[in-house]
Amino acid sequence: MSVTLEFRDVCYCIGGNLVLDNLNLRIVEGCTLVLLGRSGSGKTTALKMLNGLLFPSGGQVLVDDRATTDWDLIQLRRSIGYVIQEVGLFPHFTIGENVALVPRLKGWPPDRIAARVSELLDQVGLEPAQFLDRYPRQLSGGQRQRVGVARALAAEPKLLLFDEPFGALDPVTRVELQDQFLALRDRLRKTSIFVTHDVREALRLGTEIALLHRGRLEVLATPAEFVKSSGPEARAFLSTL
Amino acid sequence: MIPPYLLQEMAQLTGEHVVLVLVSMAIAVAAGFPLGVLLTRRAALRTPLLGFANVMQTIPSLALFGFLIPIPFIGGIGKRTAIVALVLYALLPILRNTLAGILGVDSAVRESAIAMGMTGRQLLWQVELPLAAPTILAGVRIATVTTIGTATIAAAIGGGGLGVFIFRGIASVDTTQILAGAIPAALLALLSDGGFSWIERRVSVS
Repeated sequence: MSVTLEFRDVCYCIGGNLVLDNLNLRIVEGCTLVLLGRSGSGKTTALKMLNGLLFPSGGQVLVDDRATTDWDLIQLRRSIGYVIQEVGLFPHFTIGENVALVPRLKGWPPDRIAARVSELLDQVGLEPAQFLDRYPRQLSGGQRQRVGVARALAAEPKLLLFDEPFGALDPVTRVELQDQFLALRDRLRKTSIFVTHDVREALRLGTEIALLHRGRLEVLATPAEFVKSSGPEARAFLSTL
Repeated sequence: MIPPYLLQEMAQLTGEHVVLVLVSMAIAVAAGFPLGVLLTRRAALRTPLLGFANVMQTIPSLALFGFLIPIPFIGGIGKRTAIVALVLYALLPILRNTLAGILGVDSAVRESAIAMGMTGRQLLWQVELPLAAPTILAGVRIATVTTIGTATIAAAIGGGGLGVFIFRGIASVDTTQILAGAIPAALLALLSDGGFSWIERRVSVS
């Protein structure tokens, strides 16, 4: 389950605004790349190009050396886990059905799906017997996001995309989920891209940090190097620590 | 209390009325529901189609029945013309509620469904329609109840139904005849409204 990712001269223009300006980035296998930036810096736009929710206006986004425009998008998306801040669980599906979604779309046999769903709920710290048949509205925000993570992991994706997944949670729950993210990452060793505007979260979770400012890549560094960077935007973020 | 000669005619006209409403609603749903789904996919069609349905709704019912009489194929005197008019009236609430119900689905839920790799068809049938069902049903409910009322005017162009009593009662200043038409029509409306409210409770998810 290896994956290679590359942004090659990527521009994205919408309504006369340049959201991404000539982005070049190669993502190392097995790393957790954090896309850090202010609102409107283009970080979410860049993320959504990896699973073909958006396409570059110029340049190419390559997944496994193939441009996203050449991929069968349904197949591509089913091989990528996606977690967003609003979670987006299906309110008319039970927790079990939500987690089972992608395996079901991929046509796994029911007993394999059931086993996988229980295993995943366990992994994200939700007792399967207690949660399987509940509905999303019966869960707290933190529990819902745990389900969101389980759903993203369900069909053994080769890549995980996180769009400010813990942004709407209270600080204590956020740290709990960050811990869980680190534990899962150490166990699964999957390539992950993580969007955040919180430099603390970036330093904690990332193995690499890409700082975006007005659609441009300002800094690409490991957390240890990042804290020493001297650019004005990097300093602005570090001053929030 | 009810004269026996009326009773038999009441049964017959109520039956006609129900058939008129059922046929019109079946056609209106068969046309309005897919069109509503189409409008969610083709924003450019929204203004013209909703505009057409809106204009239909503003034409007074008696006038619409009148307008249709001289039109070949769909017009003339009788049940067919009545059904055409009733369908045109029922279209707007069904069309609008189908559109509003689907567009009202939480954008985070829709984005997740697409990002999980659902096809357009899976998104529609497994996510959008189940979540829009209460709104769509509410549209069908409004359309049915108003159609039951409007269908009484079908008698003016020979469409039959409970309106026959009402028009005859007005012409002969006979309150008994008017009530013989109005009361069953009102009961039908209440009955279908109650029926729909029961169905809505069963399909609503939250």
